[in-house]
Amino acid sequence: MDRLVYEFTEAVRIAMAQIRANKMRSLLTALGVVIGIVAVTLMGTAINGINVGFNRSLAILGDDMLYIEKWPWHGVEDWWDYANRPPFRIQDADSLNKIFQRSPNTLLDVAVPSAQRQSTLKSNVNQVSGVFTIGTTDAYARTVSVEYQSGRFFNESESRAGSQVCIVGIDVADKLFPGRSPIGESVKIEGNPFRVIGVLARQGSFLGLFSLDTQVIIPINAFKKFFDVHDGQVTIRVKAKDKLHLLDAQEELIGAMRRVRGQLPGEPENFSVEQQQAFKATLDPIKSGIAFAGLFVTGLSLFVGAIGIMNITFVSVRERTKEIGTRKALGARRATILLQFLIEAVSICCVGGVFGLLLTVGISFMLKAAMPSFPLEFSAGLIVISIVVSVATGVVSGFVPALGASRLDPVVALRYE
Amino acid sequence: MSSPTAPLEARKVRPHGPLVISIENVTKLYQMGEETIHALRGVSLSIHRNEYLAIMGPSGSGKSTLMNMLGCLDTPTSGRYEFNGENVAAMVDDELAAIRNREIGFVFQTFNLLARSDALRNVELPLIYAGLPPHERAERARAALDSVGLGARIHHKPNELSGGQRQRVAIARALVNRPSIILADEPTGNLDSKTGVEIMALFEDLYEKGNTLIVVTHEESIARHARRIVRLHDGLIESDGPVD
Repeated sequence: MDRLVYEFTEAVRIAMAQIRANKMRSLLTALGVVIGIVAVTLMGTAINGINVGFNRSLAILGDDMLYIEKWPWHGVEDWWDYANRPPFRIQDADSLNKIFQRSPNTLLDVAVPSAQRQSTLKSNVNQVSGVFTIGTTDAYARTVSVEYQSGRFFNESESRAGSQVCIVGIDVADKLFPGRSPIGESVKIEGNPFRVIGVLARQGSFLGLFSLDTQVIIPINAFKKFFDVHDGQVTIRVKAKDKLHLLDAQEELIGAMRRVRGQLPGEPENFSVEQQQAFKATLDPIKSGIAFAGLFVTGLSLFVGAIGIMNITFVSVRERTKEIGTRKALGARRATILLQFLIEAVSICCVGGVFGLLLTVGISFMLKAAMPSFPLEFSAGLIVISIVVSVATGVVSGFVPALGASRLDPVVALRYE
Repeated sequence: MSSPTAPLEARKVRPHGPLVISIENVTKLYQMGEETIHALRGVSLSIHRNEYLAIMGPSGSGKSTLMNMLGCLDTPTSGRYEFNGENVAAMVDDELAAIRNREIGFVFQTFNLLARSDALRNVELPLIYAGLPPHERAERARAALDSVGLGARIHHKPNELSGGQRQRVAIARALVNRPSIILADEPTGNLDSKTGVEIMALFEDLYEKGNTLIVVTHEESIARHARRIVRLHDGLIESDGPVD
């Protein structure tokens, strides 16, 4: 046991001396590993980032929310079956709420209609286009877990009356009213005047696709007044009372909606009720597909690095054949020689791995600074993974040449010039 | 201490100790493409503790093969080889490595020192393979370097030493494990004659101290430092006797 420790420390010492003695060569070889590690770990941070963003976005969807939609969230094969589904009406939400109120043991809390469009907003100084505009009722505030930077949501009477009031996302507020509070200010949504009564706190983006901070929320009755509420634009979100019984709630909601629609028993639903789990189920394979493809491609660059290591270990064994012979003559066993060259290969890989990791940290910080919305998430696990990957690369790529060295016939090796 | 220039009659053959190496009817065949080379055709040899033996022969005589065999670097094709009563002929690689580490000190013509390690490190190497703890290694390596007169140069790298000093480091490395035999292959082959004489004087000294020495050489003048000369020819022992 002691001998193994001494041989190990000796091997590490020799490996370091070897790397120092062949600086250029070791550096170039390590560079291959650096590139591989950077590629793999950057991909890792990106995948991590996608995951974190995904979960954060799912949380925005709400784990106690059901969504009544024309189109299901999973892919559809027979497009026409869905295209001909009737659109939702704003009053469908009222009908649903009435049904909930009449059912004593209902699992459903409240239904909220919402209509969406993209609008251009103008203050007297600035304008923002492509703002996600939501028309909804006051109950919307109960279905989302957002905080207010300042102000409030619109109340029931404003909602019913279709008052021209709005709640804006923080980015919209900052752009339209730089350096001052937008509360009470007037803003024009596609030319129609609204008064700002609330500003939402920063929420980030949904799957990195669109920002939740460039939105504006107005009463749906006001929305109806100024914009078309046509086919497919209205969806209904329903809050369940207990997220633990979401599946039962989903069943109940399907029944309630069938009643609203007056569908006959046996007739297939002409709407879809979705929840975040379904969304997750749809996106998970995509996510793992991206992860697999990404890691495979970046893994190739690591593979090229590994070939470099293997090559340099072959060269090293060839150059030091006589030394191997001498060591064997002095009593080095096969395992000793194997260990020595493996450690040499692993050391170069680890040098590459450490540099690669530092580079990755640097690059991901720079990317984060340059593009805050880019999904990158550096984790401690990645440090462990890249060290493990470096060591594994060294072991795998160094093994064949090291094994060759360990099996050299000492007589032949000693004669080698 | 006798010097290599002392008259031969002044150097007496010391009484033999116990048997160290016993070789009986050993052969070694090499396959070289189509051709089979009979490097050794049946060699028998006994070497006792504290003998000073020279093995001579022209190239192709089987001298190197016999040396590799004696050094446990190679095993015979047939025949018996016992080292301190252990059957070497049947050993596998790692067992041979262990016996080399424990029982044999090698001195090479080209010194074979590790270029990037200092003298002390070089001498410590066999002790690492023997599994000795660091402080004990350093202590014994220092003592070995002292005994070859290099106590002041333990931290010199090989390229900072002269040829003779390098060979002394190699001899210290051969001694450090207190082996049963010291096997030197043309130990003066890469040295000028004056330095060669100094190295042979060191060997004489080691012999006086009770070591068993085997020197493989093709130089008659070097062989005559030994007490017994084995001459090989065509894979057979031509003669084996005391130096006249």
